Amino acid sequence: MNEFYFNTKLDQTLLLGTKARSVAELLNGIKSAPESSIYYHTHRYLQQHHFLSPEPPNDFAYWIQEVLNEPRLGELMYSVDVVQFNSLEDLRNKFIEILEQHSTGNGKGQTAPEGQEFHFMASQTFVLRTPYVANDLKQFAEILRKISVNSLYYHIFDAKLRLEKGENDFSRWFRDLGKTALADEVVRLDPYTHTLEGLRARILQLVQQHDKN
Amino acid sequence: MIRIEDYAPVVGQATIDELYLLAKSLEGKQVQNINSTAVGGGVAEILTRMIPLLNELGVQARWDVIKGDEKFFGTTKKMHNGLHGVPTEISDDEYEWFLEINRKNAEEMSFADIVYVHDPQPIALIEKRAQLGKNWVWRCHIDFSKPVQSIWKFLAQFIKLYDAAVFSAPAFARKLPIPQVLISPSIDPLADKNKDLPPETINSVFERFGIDRSRPVVTQISRFDYLKDPVGVIKAFKIAKKHVDAQLVLAGGGATDDPEGPIIMQQVKEEADKDRDIFVLFLPPASDVEINALQRGSTVLLQKSLKEGFGLTVSEALWKEKPTIASAVGGIPLQIAHKYSGILTHSIDGTAYWIKQLIHEPEYARKLGINGKQHIKNNFLITRHIKDYLLLFISIFHREDVVYLS
Repeated sequence: MNEFYFNTKLDQTLLLGTKARSVAELLNGIKSAPESSIYYHTHRYLQQHHFLSPEPPNDFAYWIQEVLNEPRLGELMYSVDVVQFNSLEDLRNKFIEILEQHSTGNGKGQTAPEGQEFHFMASQTFVLRTPYVANDLKQFAEILRKISVNSLYYHIFDAKLRLEKGENDFSRWFRDLGKTALADEVVRLDPYTHTLEGLRARILQLVQQHDKN
Repeated sequence: MIRIEDYAPVVGQATIDELYLLAKSLEGKQVQNINSTAVGGGVAEILTRMIPLLNELGVQARWDVIKGDEKFFGTTKKMHNGLHGVPTEISDDEYEWFLEINRKNAEEMSFADIVYVHDPQPIALIEKRAQLGKNWVWRCHIDFSKPVQSIWKFLAQFIKLYDAAVFSAPAFARKLPIPQVLISPSIDPLADKNKDLPPETINSVFERFGIDRSRPVVTQISRFDYLKDPVGVIKAFKIAKKHVDAQLVLAGGGATDDPEGPIIMQQVKEEADKDRDIFVLFLPPASDVEINALQRGSTVLLQKSLKEGFGLTVSEALWKEKPTIASAVGGIPLQIAHKYSGILTHSIDGTAYWIKQLIHEPEYARKLGINGKQHIKNNFLITRHIKDYLLLFISIFHREDVVYLS
């Protein structure tokens, strides 16, 4: 049997009790933070503002731009294309590379005013199985219409980057069904540039197209 | 009584279904909340709403209140002030009495599987853990950013004995050997202060106060308190008014125990002078529907605070789908992403600038309002608060980054 079990996930936010006042301290923090912290700070806006497109940037970029008032560095951090990364370690190293390059020859730089420090946080994720199971594309589409955005989020974002499965859960299942073209099309979507409802609608559209073929 | 299903039309059935799924993971476990007052104050308000909803979800939740005398509560009041950064000294005798009262309560109380202790008053109940075991979590509802060191040191010895500590804002986190969890406060969309109102109710409130709804209305709802900067609001409004035709409403109550209250009111009256477009409304307690109507009927809402804890009035403003301008202080930046879901300002001039912008650009203002409401819907309603409580209780038994619940 080739079934797709829909899971959902809910996150608890952990406070790590460490903070940064400057680019140098941010760099140290990023180096030593757990992966769940890198995940939190690159996905918080996406989760909390999933109805916005374009979304605000990752927390590191936002803080550098808005608090430290360093627009060039902020832009470099902003433009890190999360969709290109298959592991949180690789993503962490990209941020480290940008910050280290900036630190060379840039003196001490700005310091955040009191009360506007960067606070390191992390996500603890709880995965739950929903009662929904799809046996074919038709059932998959019906369920996709009604699941929560958390379920969509889990199978698309968590599956690929947090759980390091290489690609999203939907595409893996489509491949198992022999729907390789559909799997590839869903992989090609850049989920970071859609609202979650927009993403749901786009995947639904693709599934319905391929279900007819 | 409000039931959990009543929230489904607001947040969607899928969100309610997820709460039921989560609650299943707590089957067979009892949760006990402990605080120091059954009525009055934010904690009692949250627990009054939460406990019935948790039980309805299938969680066996109960709530106990510790008993204390005048000396005990005098000491805990000092602790409260000290945690807010007010220079305070507590004597050895007072600390000893604080512990004595906690021990007495611990002897008289029975404890559930999960003991959820709110604020400093009952914090030393944890001493009972050595004898009883159980799972213990401490929740701090207080602004903890600059505590008096001696008080912090006293409390820290107990906090370290808990399984986890919960704070309302990232800035309150400390270097602690136990996990620290962020749980933001929330608003209840079905409460009088936030529920949908028919247009007639809104109109009648505006008519009663003589405010003209055919012209733009800028409103700040808050206590007449120095920290809410009502005088700054009037100054910003006067700057903006040079270029826009608008009215200002300052509405709220005043804390009766605040000695500065009458001074602030006097300053507000002087600043408002005889401007007939400025309405200063001193509202009695239980004016929730009036406050709701004033927010819903306004063009732009303000929260120009100089200092805030979390600033739930901002959540209430955003929930009404109104473009909101607020100071970037306390928990307000968690609620507003600047230029996406509202406007964050740092000065009187900045506030004046954005009042003009939002009145002149109603389309942009409308978009901010829509995004602001969505943000509150996703992150600051009571259903999210319930979810956080359930996750917190479940997390005591799981320390992994990713937890698979069957």
